[in-house]
Amino acid sequence: MSATDTDAGAALPKVRADYLPLLLPIAMALIALPFIPSGSTWVTLTIAGLAMGMMIFVMASGLTLIFGLMDVLNFGHGAFIAIGAYMAALVLVPLTGWMQADSVWLNLAAVIPAVALAVGVTGLLGLAFERIVIAPVYGQHLKQILITMGGMIVAEQILYVFFGPQQIPLPLPATLRGSFMIGEAAIEKYRIVCVVVGLTVFLAMLLVLNRTKIGLLIRAGVENTEMVEALGYRITRLFVGVFMAGSTLAGLGGVMWGLYREQVNAAMGGELLVLVFIVVIIGGLGSVTGCFIGALLVALATNYIGFLVPKLALVTDILLMVAVLLWRPRGLYPVTSR
Amino acid sequence: MTSRFMPLSGDPPRSKVLAVALIAIALGLALAPFLFPGAKPLNVAAKICIFIALAASYDLLLGYTGVVSFAHTMFYGIGSYGVAIALYGLGARWDAVGLGLIVALPLAALLALVIGLFSLRVQTIFFAMITLAVASAFAVLASQLSWLTGGEDGRSFRVPEVLQPGTVFIPRDVLGVAVTGRTLTYYLVFVCCVLLFLLLLRVVNSPFGRVLQAIRENPFRAEALGYRTVVHRILANCIAAAVAAAAGALNALWLRYTGPDTSLSFAIMLDILLIVVIGGMGTLYGAVIGGTLYIMAQNYLQTLMSSLSTAAGNAGIPVLPQLFHPDRWLLWLGILFILSVYFFPTGIVGKLRGGSG
Repeated sequence: MSATDTDAGAALPKVRADYLPLLLPIAMALIALPFIPSGSTWVTLTIAGLAMGMMIFVMASGLTLIFGLMDVLNFGHGAFIAIGAYMAALVLVPLTGWMQADSVWLNLAAVIPAVALAVGVTGLLGLAFERIVIAPVYGQHLKQILITMGGMIVAEQILYVFFGPQQIPLPLPATLRGSFMIGEAAIEKYRIVCVVVGLTVFLAMLLVLNRTKIGLLIRAGVENTEMVEALGYRITRLFVGVFMAGSTLAGLGGVMWGLYREQVNAAMGGELLVLVFIVVIIGGLGSVTGCFIGALLVALATNYIGFLVPKLALVTDILLMVAVLLWRPRGLYPVTSR
Repeated sequence: MTSRFMPLSGDPPRSKVLAVALIAIALGLALAPFLFPGAKPLNVAAKICIFIALAASYDLLLGYTGVVSFAHTMFYGIGSYGVAIALYGLGARWDAVGLGLIVALPLAALLALVIGLFSLRVQTIFFAMITLAVASAFAVLASQLSWLTGGEDGRSFRVPEVLQPGTVFIPRDVLGVAVTGRTLTYYLVFVCCVLLFLLLLRVVNSPFGRVLQAIRENPFRAEALGYRTVVHRILANCIAAAVAAAAGALNALWLRYTGPDTSLSFAIMLDILLIVVIGGMGTLYGAVIGGTLYIMAQNYLQTLMSSLSTAAGNAGIPVLPQLFHPDRWLLWLGILFILSVYFFPTGIVGKLRGGSG
């Protein structure tokens, strides 16, 4: 079926490493350098782009993982992002006093339960969503798209019912506010935190996928679900686990985004879903590394173009997607089995 | 009715109840200005006509070809804005309407072609994602380019004189109902929508339509039989886009206004999806039944919801007032939508046909 089957019997063909896409974000940053008047502005924009890219990656990685393993395109992913952000607001708004205090410990005492609640609730909702909503329509793309889209709308409306249509302010904790200077360039502290969290998630995912047995099973499942089942593993448990992990990541991304924007509103899920889709398409559906690069590319382009030609910023994402698809019609790192 | 459709499409309703319902809807819409005089009923009737054409064109994609598009409102909006901008810029003239159509219809088809070339080549699931992305970018663009589109306020414009409500052809004392430019506009909308619907009926029952259904059932097999699935899917996408743009143009003429809320909002996309799913995917008669029921419900049930909301509020029950608030209309639609996809995938028409053999 796939290209690797043709020379069975011989030693396993070495997968040719494809480093070209990895260079794209670096190339983009370098190309932007001469256009931006001062070096310090470039540093600020690049860091801002990296931070935004990491946040988008955290949200998008769950979607691409779920699609890669389960062949389910979850249009409801945006709802998990919004729910994550709202759960954080639920904890952080009553604890405003701790957030305003200029003490790392009080700040942490507010942020940690917020993240825990967001992650816990989105994980449990993910479990319920997978079992109740998605399980009956495995393998039927058309129905999956329609039903998860319906789920997205219902979730958004329920957020309106319980939290109202107004925006809820979500101020950053005092210790993360403000910026520091490297040379001439001002760098916001929270952006550094985002980069660290994003990189940690990325490395952890790579580590789990490439170095553990669970990761081996997931990668095998991406290649061929039936074969994994035939070898005696319960693929459904794997599905549930990955779906929960993906929803959790969406919730975490939602918290990060809410703090970054310093407000949450119910429409954010739908808006971010579009961004996440573009990133996942650029990366190649199902690929974690591709998704990482796609997120960085989209975020860097948005920041540079937004600075240079603000009017063009509205369509930057689409143009970038078109350019990538012209080069590689299935995205940067297409998953081979489908 | 049945025999009338036979030479056209060879696809009779195949159910007595369905045939009767279709005749009733067709007659009701044809005589609407006289049967249901008044501004609101006529508005509802015109909206039903437009949404039947719009939903039928969407069914060509969703029901017949088996691809999900979220960009249908974009094409609808292109038609709407095309006519609106032309009439706004050139004044109330017929050549402005013509110019709007000449620009908007090919533009919609071309855009559909480009989107199709990019996304339908690979996987139909790509198509759903890319149409969603492109449509949302388009909606933002339309609200930002306010020098052209009027931004969030949209464009109000005057229609050619014969279509204006002030033009009276037959005064009220002759037929009991005044025949004005508004009545004429309604019949323009009605006739155009009937023509668009018949055109689509012809398309889906042509050999081309059969190939589309084959692709829906089994793309691999259709390809093996020698049909180029990509070409067929893209062509279906272009036809659907052009018809949607035409429906959008009619909507603009009827409302004498075009704005993001009336032509581009995601709520309209959801309306279309619901009409097609409730009426029945893969049969154009579903669009007729679904469109009629849905638009009626939309116009008369929302009033019911708001009275329920006030009643619950007066009774002091928590959460319920918010749940039934008319702004939460989409919540109930979403739930209805999910349930119908699960339990009535063939829709009302499917049930009716199944019941009568």
